[in-house]
Amino acid sequence: MRCRFGDTETHFGVLVLIQVMGMAQELHVLAVDDSLVDRKVIERLLKISCCKVTAVESGRRALQYLGLDGEKSSMGIDGLKVNLILTDYSMPGMTGYELLKKIKESSALSKIPVVIMSSEKILPRIDRCLEEGAEEFLLKPVKLSDVKRLRDFILRGEGDDDKLTDKKIKEACSRKRKFQDDSTTQVTAHDIESSPESSASSESQQQKQSKIG
Amino acid sequence: MEVVQLQRSFVEYMDSLFREGFLDAQFSQLQQLQDDSNPDFVVEVVSLFFEDSERLLNDLTMALDQPNVDFKQVDAHVHQLKGSSSSVGAQRVKNCCIPFRNCCEEQNTEACLRCLQQIKQEYLLVKNKLQTLFDLEQQIVAAGGAIPMVQ
Repeated sequence: MRCRFGDTETHFGVLVLIQVMGMAQELHVLAVDDSLVDRKVIERLLKISCCKVTAVESGRRALQYLGLDGEKSSMGIDGLKVNLILTDYSMPGMTGYELLKKIKESSALSKIPVVIMSSEKILPRIDRCLEEGAEEFLLKPVKLSDVKRLRDFILRGEGDDDKLTDKKIKEACSRKRKFQDDSTTQVTAHDIESSPESSASSESQQQKQSKIG
Repeated sequence: MEVVQLQRSFVEYMDSLFREGFLDAQFSQLQQLQDDSNPDFVVEVVSLFFEDSERLLNDLTMALDQPNVDFKQVDAHVHQLKGSSSSVGAQRVKNCCIPFRNCCEEQNTEACLRCLQQIKQEYLLVKNKLQTLFDLEQQIVAAGGAIPMVQ
């Protein structure tokens, strides 16, 4: 019997969908910040927004990871293409601005969007970064809404030919989170059937179900 | 103690921490990032904050103890402390950093030392408060209850 609490049953099908499609479409973000606390927070913000994260502590490490001193490729060391670089501005050694410049000067990496984060709202600094090609300037502490907005922006740019899949991923991701949050979902045992049929339901049935729910 | 009573104490305590300005909205944001797949996220981040802060406070003490104080270095440490306290929502610690940076700019050692004293006090206060909060959480969980979400 189909679950009457619309969203819950949808989640089963959607979770399967994530596993199948999510792996091919997840954004890979390279986060650069010298603060351990900030790295931990940004990592979590990105993971919760369904991004794969590689977090490094300096501009030098970032360039190493991107293979700028070696091969010319936008692949990270682990072979995964980097879709976005999110870097702090104030870092010892190489600032986020200097990192931005090096990336934009590189033919292999210049297409990767770079976003700068800073705890200080210094207008000339912001202007300089945007002029140098930064996609955006985020004020710290970075919020979940900032990350989600970034992710959507990057997703729109990547794989324009596969918009439907991207939309599915986003919807799946936000429903998946809601499902995890709704630990007190009021569903009785007889309403849920975790049989293969109900968990791999077709998309049209899912949509129909969401409308009822 | 009964779960309901513990939960009530928890909510009241949390409310007071926000009301008295120890914590700000960023702390709530961290709580929202915690879920069943990452049940200890807040404790982990806050622990990193404690380690980081203690290191920075030591560095600041040493830097201000030098015969020729390197104010750029002192300022760099304060900047870091401001950043991490801001990231965890430790509002009063963060707010202490602002006048501190001004004193660095003025290259006023005495004033810097007073700021350092103030920051140390605020840090110890918030550390104590957060540890009490986490203890309450553990008691609730041990009693079989769920930690209330405080918006």
